[in-house]
Amino acid sequence: MLSFVLRRLGTMALTMLCLTMIVFFLINLEPNLKKLAISQTEMHTSAEQLEAWLVNHGYRQNFFVRYGQWLGLMPKQPVTDPATGKPTRRFSFCNDPVVPTFSGVLQGDFGCSTKFKTTVASKLFPALSATGILMLCVLAVMVPISLLIGILAGMREGTRTDRTLSVASIASTATPEYVSGVIFTVIFASWLGLLNGSAASASQGITFYNFTLPVMTLAIYGIGYIARMTRASMVEVMTQQYIRTARLKGLSFSSVVIKHALRNALIAPFTVIMLQFPWLLTGVVIVEVMFRYQGFGYTLVEAAGNNDIDLLLGCSLVSVFIVLITQLISDVGYAFLNPRIRVQ
Amino acid sequence: MQVEYLSAFNVVLGVLARFWPVWIAIILVMGASFVYKKKLALYGQLFDSGVGIVGVGICLFWLFTAIFASTISPFDPLAQVPLMKNALPGAMESQSGLVYLFGGDKLARDVFSRMVYGSQIVLVIAPAATGFALMVGITLGLPAGYYGGKIDTVLSFLANLVLAFPVILLFYLLVTPGIMDTPIPYGMAGLFFLFPIIFFSVLFWTRYKKRPDRLYILLGLTLIIGGWVYAGLVFDADPFKIIHIDPNQLNIFVAVVFASSPGVFRIVRGLTMDIKTRDYVAAAQTRGESPWYIMLWEILPNARGPLIVDACLRIGYTTILLGTLGYFGLGLAPESPDWGTAIKDASRLLRSFIHPALPPTIALMSFVLGLNLLADSLREQSMKD
Repeated sequence: MLSFVLRRLGTMALTMLCLTMIVFFLINLEPNLKKLAISQTEMHTSAEQLEAWLVNHGYRQNFFVRYGQWLGLMPKQPVTDPATGKPTRRFSFCNDPVVPTFSGVLQGDFGCSTKFKTTVASKLFPALSATGILMLCVLAVMVPISLLIGILAGMREGTRTDRTLSVASIASTATPEYVSGVIFTVIFASWLGLLNGSAASASQGITFYNFTLPVMTLAIYGIGYIARMTRASMVEVMTQQYIRTARLKGLSFSSVVIKHALRNALIAPFTVIMLQFPWLLTGVVIVEVMFRYQGFGYTLVEAAGNNDIDLLLGCSLVSVFIVLITQLISDVGYAFLNPRIRVQ
Repeated sequence: MQVEYLSAFNVVLGVLARFWPVWIAIILVMGASFVYKKKLALYGQLFDSGVGIVGVGICLFWLFTAIFASTISPFDPLAQVPLMKNALPGAMESQSGLVYLFGGDKLARDVFSRMVYGSQIVLVIAPAATGFALMVGITLGLPAGYYGGKIDTVLSFLANLVLAFPVILLFYLLVTPGIMDTPIPYGMAGLFFLFPIIFFSVLFWTRYKKRPDRLYILLGLTLIIGGWVYAGLVFDADPFKIIHIDPNQLNIFVAVVFASSPGVFRIVRGLTMDIKTRDYVAAAQTRGESPWYIMLWEILPNARGPLIVDACLRIGYTTILLGTLGYFGLGLAPESPDWGTAIKDASRLLRSFIHPALPPTIALMSFVLGLNLLADSLREQSMKD
């Protein structure tokens, strides 16, 4: 078990290295650097001045040197001030070193956000905690509802309840966040006036009034999927021999379902729920933009829109890490829950 | 000048009347399908269940809407009639006497016409991108599952690499105006669009190796048609100027194919690993068939059930992806009538006007729902066999 986890962690590290390198390459494409230089300098700057800005801020060093610097395997060089000739900070608003130091992701320095004029860490981590709260609320709503729907549908396959719930879950998987968000806002905010169509005030304090719509919107897309997986798993378990045995020895239907079927039927949904995180991540971006909630997704969009290199790299690192770690947890957890599976 | 409005009932009637070519086409196709149900194999079986009929109906509806878009829509999707800015549903345009059935948007364009024309964009890109993703996934997934070993390790690692990207991040990196100045989208297009040509060439080669009369015709056709489409799509150098794709659409197309082929790859790989243990594969191996013959003519036909279901779901998912791209204003032109862009524009003004937001959302939802219902009933029917 331990060697399996270690090997998976090794693959994970390699994947992250490859992915960050690809992201690094794509962000540092020539047109993107140009865009960054234009946004960071005054209006109507000449092409030479833009080039000078890029050289001066270290964007013209070798690709691998810069990747190594970001990673923390190469020393970060301070820039020389063209006026005085002395080494200065790359960006005045960050605590970049004035002497060459190893200061990259491995040392815990995520770099400098050019859009928000602060360090990436001070922007990214509050945003992550805000999104964490949103995610917790979503999971608290999504998991019980979807499991309940799945179990009720799969308990008696082919009945009217089953068919109704199945069609409902298919409908919910056909509703992406930007569709359900608009529909819910129209119904609950515009027509009924019950809820707030913006979660901007949720940063100060979360209330039922401003937080329900984002949570609902985010949960609805996942509910259908998890419910369908739970249903399939439940249907399979209900045809097993031991269920028939339990029924034949005279146990009531409800106790068969609760005591014998549920435990085995919930193994598959566990992996599905874990693998839902990457999907939730995309949903989070849409919902946070739609409801103006200042979290991780909002930061990602801002970083991408303004070509904020270090911030976008930080966001990619976090999202890739979340995807990979949930995959690992789902595999390990599956092996724990299902004694028939032995990992090698 | 005062704008006249139709009543809600007349708006509904007007919408139904506007779709007249669609209704006729649906009635013809569904009627024919019912009559020849027994002879239509899996497609015919769809008409045995209510879910299947609804699924087919919705998909046909949007298919015919896309085909007859110019007949159905009363206005040009980009035309602006200043008086009709944010007009409510049923507003009469005084000059032509035609009605803005679903009202006007913030740029005074007809919401109904835009919704109808939006279906064209979605129904061209989504199935085509899914088709290419299927080709890439099948061509790479078959050898990975069949041979295993090093090929499998490398290809699976690459697939997992792409799958570990959150889709939205991938789009923000791959679909930007800047990237079109670099050779990356064209390089990727050149790579992806090669796969169908390789696929069909190998397909015919393995089957008709010993029958040159058939082989040369089929290979020649594949290379000519494939090369023609390839030149048109990748280099925009179609000698007859028929096949043409805008750079930004190519960019979207490539990004969507890139995002969804690893999923197909995984499914094909899993199915291949399962099917290669069957007796008929062993029989083919004993006969001395080549590995690619076994993969393409023994394994692939037996994996078609799950693949068809997956393709249906995947078209729906691609539609959602396209909507996401539109919603974030990536790749598609800002005035493009596609549903995602329309939802983006309308959702910003939701506080004051809700009517421009509802038609595109309901259109997108119903189309994906139709595809999902279709996939669900296909799965049920193929399980019965």
